[in-house]
Amino acid sequence: MYWNEPIETLSRDHMHALQSERLKDTVGRVYQNVEFYRKKMQELGIEPGDIKTIEDIVKLPFTTKKDLRDNYPFGLCSVPKSEFVRIHASSGTTGKPTSVPHTRKDLDTFAECVARAICCTGGTKEDVVQVAYGYGLFTGGLGIHDGATKLGAAVVPISGGNTRNQLTLMQDFETSILACTPSYALFLGEALAEAGVDPKQLNLRIGIFGAEPWSQEMRTKIEESLNVTAYDIYGLSEIMGPGVAISCENQNGLHIAEDHFYPEILDPDTLKPVADGTIGELTFTHLTKEAMPLLRYRTRDLSSITHTPCECGRTSARMSKVCGRSDDMLIIRGVNVFPSQIESVLLEVPEAKPHYLIIVDRQGTMDTIELQVEIDDKYFTDEIADLEKIRKKIKQKIDSVLRIGVIVKLVEHKTIQRSEGKAKRVIDRRHI
Amino acid sequence: MIIKQLSVFVQNESGRLMEVTEALHEANVNISALNIAETAEYGVLRMIVDDIEKAVNALKDLSYSIKVTDVLCVEMPDVPGSLNRVLKALLSVDLNVAYMYGYSNDGKAPLILKVVDNERAQIALKEAELE
Ligand SMILES: [Zn+2]
Repeated sequence: MYWNEPIETLSRDHMHALQSERLKDTVGRVYQNVEFYRKKMQELGIEPGDIKTIEDIVKLPFTTKKDLRDNYPFGLCSVPKSEFVRIHASSGTTGKPTSVPHTRKDLDTFAECVARAICCTGGTKEDVVQVAYGYGLFTGGLGIHDGATKLGAAVVPISGGNTRNQLTLMQDFETSILACTPSYALFLGEALAEAGVDPKQLNLRIGIFGAEPWSQEMRTKIEESLNVTAYDIYGLSEIMGPGVAISCENQNGLHIAEDHFYPEILDPDTLKPVADGTIGELTFTHLTKEAMPLLRYRTRDLSSITHTPCECGRTSARMSKVCGRSDDMLIIRGVNVFPSQIESVLLEVPEAKPHYLIIVDRQGTMDTIELQVEIDDKYFTDEIADLEKIRKKIKQKIDSVLRIGVIVKLVEHKTIQRSEGKAKRVIDRRHI
Repeated sequence: MIIKQLSVFVQNESGRLMEVTEALHEANVNISALNIAETAEYGVLRMIVDDIEKAVNALKDLSYSIKVTDVLCVEMPDVPGSLNRVLKALLSVDLNVAYMYGYSNDGKAPLILKVVDNERAQIALKEAELE
């Protein structure tokens, strides 16, 4: 089922023409209105007239998170402030915050993309959508909210947290679609089991999860504990928010709303585009954004793209599930380690709970990596030898996947903090 | 005789053990025997208590990982060679002792034993006139 069939099934030739037209328009606007881009283009010796088709995008300058900070709050805006109707922002945990203004048309596009996304997962106006993403400056809550409203579904704007209430309303309102972060979905699944509620008695059928990377094993666990089919929604506030891309029933990648956001995958070292199917840094260029259009914004998310047709009939480029962030990557003794690798291993070991904490430290010149895991209650035994067997089994699996030695530490049940938003998985003490 | 033993997973950090004893104290549970097996990072606290149900509930409320296991309690005379006789009896039926703990007082020496087969152990102990 499509929300916007002509666009979602547009031929590749027509999409190419549409993207080329829109890129020319966007470049013209930023060149005229944004000093930052005008200067950058002049430095590169290019003018808007040099951009004739979408392929010419490789001539354009990049934009990074740092550029957003440096030009905070409105230095990259292409329209007068009076045209803003909403301003989202990220908290400045690592320095200055960043802001993302939207015009009326930008919010319409946002809602359109989210409506398409929910429709792509099988959602209709008959559904009750429980939005357990945080509302506020974070785009998750309001983004899904507006899209579900556009679709005509009944929205339950509960926001994140307050788990008991989530479970109550889920039952009383017969929620059929749950939207939240995957780690919170896992947490809700656990809470449901603790409350003794059989997930089959719920009306839930669809889960729309995103805003942090998650593994296939985590999907299986969520699908079982909540009795839903889980879909992956992708987005980032700098580009829009959730709805930039969505997985379909074939679960073979996420369809990108390519008529609004042009995707590229770049080699993280050379910043040159890589071939379809190769993992690299995902980069987006706004094609229709009015308030603050960004050229080649480097997301730091690692993914790959394919243009092969999907069985669902959608013709868009598909991005693979985000397999990590170039920021999250830990370099330990020269080896690249992604927390998502550890999570995948833990989900394969029934004796361990999927919650974990990585503590990286340095002893002398040697980096150490400690993994704290909780043993599943069902497997707790009174004999140390058996517990040690479990600990060694976890260690062996992790060591073989990461290819470095990890200290595995068993900790008491529930000592690892459960997260209601993005989970804190890594403590790096090396710089303290 | 076969009795119930309560085991609790505790991290090997200061104060952790006291949190358990505090919870049991608040639940008015009395501990009659106790043993800790430890590694550098964690330990397993094994206890014989007067009201196991109350103890289980109190610790479950605090999210502890716990396990109730059947263990053997042998009351031996407090004389030289008693423990030796018990172990000999168990060995005669091929039973290994996973762990044990005990004390002696007032001429009696109760011993808590964990073996893989309690029934088989009891028969062997009866034959050796230890039960
Ligand atoms: Zn598809």
